[in-house]
Amino acid sequence: MIELDHLSKRYGTVMAVDDVSVTIGKGEFFAVIGPSGSGKSTLLRMINRLIPWSAGSIRINGEDIRRFRPEDLRRRMGYVIQSVGLFPHWTVERNVGTVLELLGWPRAKIRDRVTELLILLKLDPDRFRGKYPHQLSGGEQQRVGVARALAASPDVLLMDEPFGALDPVTRSTLQTEIARIHRESGTTIIFVTHDMDEALKLASRVAILDHGRLVQTGTPLELLTAPASDFVRDFVGREDYGIKLLSVEAVASRLRAGEAVPGEPIAASASLREALSRMVTQGTDRLGVVDSDGRPLGALHLADLAR
Amino acid sequence: MIRNRVLFVLIVAGLLAGFGLAFVTHAPNRLVSGRPVALIAAADGARLLALLPGVFLLFGPFLPQRRAAHGAIAIAAATFLVALCWLAGASAASLAESASPAARTSLGAAFWTLFICTALALIDAARRLGLSAAAGLLIGAAVAAAIALLGASGALDQLSIVREYVNRRDVFADAVMRHIVIVLAALVPSLILGVPIGILAHRRKTFAAGLFPILNIVQTIPSIALFGMLIAPLSSLAAIFPGLAALGVSGIGLAPAVIALVLYSLLPIVRNMAEGLAGVPPAAIEAARGMGMTRRQVFWRVELSLALPVFLSGLRITAVQAVGLAAVAALIGAGGLGAIMFQGLFAYALDLALLGALPVILLAVVVDAFLRLLTAYAERRPG
Repeated sequence: MIELDHLSKRYGTVMAVDDVSVTIGKGEFFAVIGPSGSGKSTLLRMINRLIPWSAGSIRINGEDIRRFRPEDLRRRMGYVIQSVGLFPHWTVERNVGTVLELLGWPRAKIRDRVTELLILLKLDPDRFRGKYPHQLSGGEQQRVGVARALAASPDVLLMDEPFGALDPVTRSTLQTEIARIHRESGTTIIFVTHDMDEALKLASRVAILDHGRLVQTGTPLELLTAPASDFVRDFVGREDYGIKLLSVEAVASRLRAGEAVPGEPIAASASLREALSRMVTQGTDRLGVVDSDGRPLGALHLADLAR
Repeated sequence: MIRNRVLFVLIVAGLLAGFGLAFVTHAPNRLVSGRPVALIAAADGARLLALLPGVFLLFGPFLPQRRAAHGAIAIAAATFLVALCWLAGASAASLAESASPAARTSLGAAFWTLFICTALALIDAARRLGLSAAAGLLIGAAVAAAIALLGASGALDQLSIVREYVNRRDVFADAVMRHIVIVLAALVPSLILGVPIGILAHRRKTFAAGLFPILNIVQTIPSIALFGMLIAPLSSLAAIFPGLAALGVSGIGLAPAVIALVLYSLLPIVRNMAEGLAGVPPAAIEAARGMGMTRRQVFWRVELSLALPVFLSGLRITAVQAVGLAAVAALIGAGGLGAIMFQGLFAYALDLALLGALPVILLAVVVDAFLRLLTAYAERRPG
């Protein structure tokens, strides 16, 4: 559990972060979103003490983080940044093992752990272990960046617009990977982004920042259905508001149980947005719905989306 | 169909020099200028064989651009370098048979042009073969060893430069040692001062803004003027503090030479240290801190490691520069190879001047190649 308590950061007369209080529960996927200059990166970088704050406090599991040496604190937290920041003079193996080396793990154990992590990030260990960062594509580099951040099995993973510099296809793939890793590991993730779709797709809870102030915190559905202000309404999007709503609800919520429909079915866990897209592509107004094992559950009608 | 323009140009230059200029010159004594002996005249009889690798090189530009062709050109060029030396030595020996012991045979313009063109052809071939810095160094060392072996066998004994060497054998060895000592005595304090100053210049921009103009001005002072400027203050220092004089500090000699060389060396070392650190990607530093490296670990493991190649190239510039400037330092009595060089120049004994200058060039080339190798090693990352 991470508690930010009346946290502020002042640069001269400008409040970069202004009296932010929020509690992030263990295992949450917590997105911090806001326009450029809203203070979201500053907020993230205070949590691992890369930036000192002006007022307030940060507690992890009830302990004030100022009680730890900053280096020890950071070694317990994963940190992923948009520009990746792999060490260009080290191989993938040494990059991924950085924190383990700092923690003084024996070499053989580091090697095994690196193998595990590369497999977790879907990088073939034999092919990638000895490569240097400049030999990797942008997507591969960020996979290594994420593997490096996860090396010491941190309780908290801090991600600062990690997929912002990637092309849409690669970004979407890595979003799926991080969602899977979050599901499998239960690590608390604090994720800064300026992309509302990304936040809605990944986060269990979203905080919206504007000029350093916390405007609203809530689940993606709450932000869409009950925006606290015009700013939030603008930010979550007016024109494609309906599409965004569809993207946060699962097919299962509009299921007509028992009805059978021929043709390629859709998974119950897929979003309604995906379902709509499939209907338009296939030129149909109803889809069969199956569970994760492929057993038929029922059907989804186009009319149900507008219900 | 010319397939290798570089080699073609070198061959044209080599042919023009080979037929238009003197290969060696023969003089009755070392003070008068000599009678030119053409390459064709030098290579009569069985000595004509020495030109075979050169003849092969003539076909080089027209060969298909394959590894085998580059390899053959490299071998021919390396052989021709040694053959040229042997040919000069052999023709000097035959000229000596019918001349007085005071007669001298010196290397002519055609020899030097052919030698340089052939060396460039060898470098070009090695580059086209994609040889590593280490392999290039090895080839250079092999050619140098073959020429040295030729010298040791006595085949070059009648060449004027070798006779100058034989006359000064013991002085020569001391001069080489002295030269190396001057260079090292300048480089070590330059590093001890320059590295921390460079780091400081990177961290404090105001300090850098004040420092670099000063170092730049020092760099523009002609070396001979800087040596001269140090004579007066150092000799008065030595007069005031006898202890300093006892340590060997005086207006002339080693002390002003080393001080001047240190002043010259500071700019490239400081600048490249600061530039190397400035070139470290900020994201890598951010990530290193975010991973939990201490400031010291960030500095040693990330910043300094990444700055090393740029720093080493600065060290290479400095070292090569110091080898050259140390020769000039002979003018204020620092000794070294420059002493032999200037002795030759002032006596108009050009082969003696050459005996001083050639090892300076060789030393500079060796230092340059060694530090290039080190730089390549520091930035080794499979491409």
